[in-house]
Amino acid sequence: MEKFTTHTGIGVPLRRSNVDTDQIIPAVYLKRVSRTGFEDGLFAAWRKADDFVLNAEPFRHGSVLVAGPDFGTGSSREHAVWALMDYGFRVVISSRFADIFRGNSGKQGLLTAQVSQDDVELLWKHLENNPGAEVTVDLTAKTVTADHIVCAFEVDEYTRWRLLEGLDDIGLTLSHVEDVDAFEAGRPSHKPTTTLR
Amino acid sequence: MGRTLAEKVWEQHVVRRVDGEPDLIYIDLHLLHEVTSPQAFEGLRLAGRDVRRPDLTLATEDHNVPTTPGPITDPVSRTQVETLRSNCEEFGIRLHPMGDAEQGIVHVVGPQLGLTQPGMTVVCGDSHTSTHGAFGALAFGIGTSEVEHVLATQTLSLRPFKTMAITVRGELQPGVTAKDVILAVIAKIGTGGGQGYVLEYRGEAIESLSMEARMTVCNMSIEAGARAGMIAPDETTFEYLRGRDHAPQGADWEAALADWRELRTDDDAVFDAEVVIDAAELTPFVTWGTNPGQGAPLAEAVPDPEAMGDDTAKAAARSALEYMGLTAGTPLRAIAVDTVFVGSCTNGRIEDLRAAAEVIKGRRVAEGVRMLVVPGSARVRLQAEAEGLDRTFAEAGAEWRLPGCSMCLGMNPDTLAPGERSASTSNRNFEGRQGTGGRTHLVSPLVAAATAVRGTLSSPADLDPMPTGRAAQAQSA
Repeated sequence: MEKFTTHTGIGVPLRRSNVDTDQIIPAVYLKRVSRTGFEDGLFAAWRKADDFVLNAEPFRHGSVLVAGPDFGTGSSREHAVWALMDYGFRVVISSRFADIFRGNSGKQGLLTAQVSQDDVELLWKHLENNPGAEVTVDLTAKTVTADHIVCAFEVDEYTRWRLLEGLDDIGLTLSHVEDVDAFEAGRPSHKPTTTLR
Repeated sequence: MGRTLAEKVWEQHVVRRVDGEPDLIYIDLHLLHEVTSPQAFEGLRLAGRDVRRPDLTLATEDHNVPTTPGPITDPVSRTQVETLRSNCEEFGIRLHPMGDAEQGIVHVVGPQLGLTQPGMTVVCGDSHTSTHGAFGALAFGIGTSEVEHVLATQTLSLRPFKTMAITVRGELQPGVTAKDVILAVIAKIGTGGGQGYVLEYRGEAIESLSMEARMTVCNMSIEAGARAGMIAPDETTFEYLRGRDHAPQGADWEAALADWRELRTDDDAVFDAEVVIDAAELTPFVTWGTNPGQGAPLAEAVPDPEAMGDDTAKAAARSALEYMGLTAGTPLRAIAVDTVFVGSCTNGRIEDLRAAAEVIKGRRVAEGVRMLVVPGSARVRLQAEAEGLDRTFAEAGAEWRLPGCSMCLGMNPDTLAPGERSASTSNRNFEGRQGTGGRTHLVSPLVAAATAVRGTLSSPADLDPMPTGRAAQAQSA
């Protein structure tokens, strides 16, 4: 995974709450078996409408998405994160994220920056009044900056450390494989296996 | 201080605990399907890693499979299913493919095999893994990176959850089902209300539910934003498990029972949040909007967005009504549907099919309405056919299908056309969930069947009484 310290890019105001993962990428786009190329499915239904924000210049080149509360609810599909990243997004700012989506993002290096809904409103207004305005997200300082607006964001400390260091989760766990061996040795014998009887 | 059920199960699975880091948690059962696993296996291959415990892993084909006889015609769907088959073969994982006697929706298959047991940790790359919490297991959906992590290590790095008690006091009225309970819970706490929590459902109304009904409740925990839902195991749980293929046997059964009886929230345990619902106040519940929290009792009308609490809720309701093609003030019972879907991991088990069949027996699906009945697994299908439910549905004019996820999500041939409206026993009414432009009302199997008969959202109580005696004979002649 690439290290994430700061990112600056065009901010995209998405004036929606409850952006579920079926909206981020509809099921019909989940059929690939590869890890790339999911950008065509991103917000596929909404992108059919001419007035959707990503259909307008300069927002189509955005890399920092600013959305309302409960972003990423619903299906666990990690394809939602891949679609956002394949499109070019590096940061999603929202006042509340769904658990599974936030976890998936952390694994892939997509930063989910949680700010207050008041800050989301401020950013929405600023980005709508200044299309193409850049937003800087500093993971070291945990701040979002857009012109005169500076706000702090929340991210869990462990995820922050992993993103800053660019660490691979599986490699980290396998460095403690002796703990897994020891745990397995003590599991109750009545626990089932999937082996056919 | 005492501990909650969720905390007890968690503590029993801590492999490694270090200050400032998430706990490393052992996973007892890992379920796989074709949609969220290909990239995980690809990751293993790229890193040269093996599957640590194929004997704690089980795969089934469900999301992409057609529910009419014949092969998968969509080439991309077929590739995904074939990829699962080759991955399972390469890594030695048990798979139940299309046509197999044990194939079905992953969350129906695990419990019916007896693989889901109290006190276990169960994961799957599917948010409705919360279903398995009905057994007092800690069960939750994970993303594909986590699927890869579990395949490689049989563990997950996780932060402890907060706990929320959802107590449903008293007795449910006749005709009020588990689906109505969970839809009412989600409407009450909202789609983000459970965020960060494991929900524990308790109270007399929950204790009186069958295992299948408990699975319906836990299944939709994710729709309240919760990571998982749980119900403490009791005699109902043990009786369900006794004798199943993978349930413990002999001395192991006694040892397991002794462990399972400890799996209750201690009297002096403290939940981080509590919600209390009076069962007597619950009635059949349906959704009117585009998230599962936008629901109301069937007896009410489409709500007015302007009467909603805050600006965010108002805006969400306005856009939902526009998408759904509904006007505030319309009685919910006046909403006509094109399609009725009975099935899914929420309501595709044998009791659900029996409930719907009971309502529709001797009646007809309304003119112009299509009704699909899709068993959750091959076993459920065989059981239903042994009981004659397939004939009951067919005689009423409904379509009896092969098992799969079907119309719960637009990934296989069963979809809504743009603008089509459904009453669906599934779990999500998101925009386009059942097909681009499709409009979904989430309902119980009883409401689904009654709606099929009347053509508008209805409960069995709205149906004309069944003709009896001579009148019935005359009518059928």
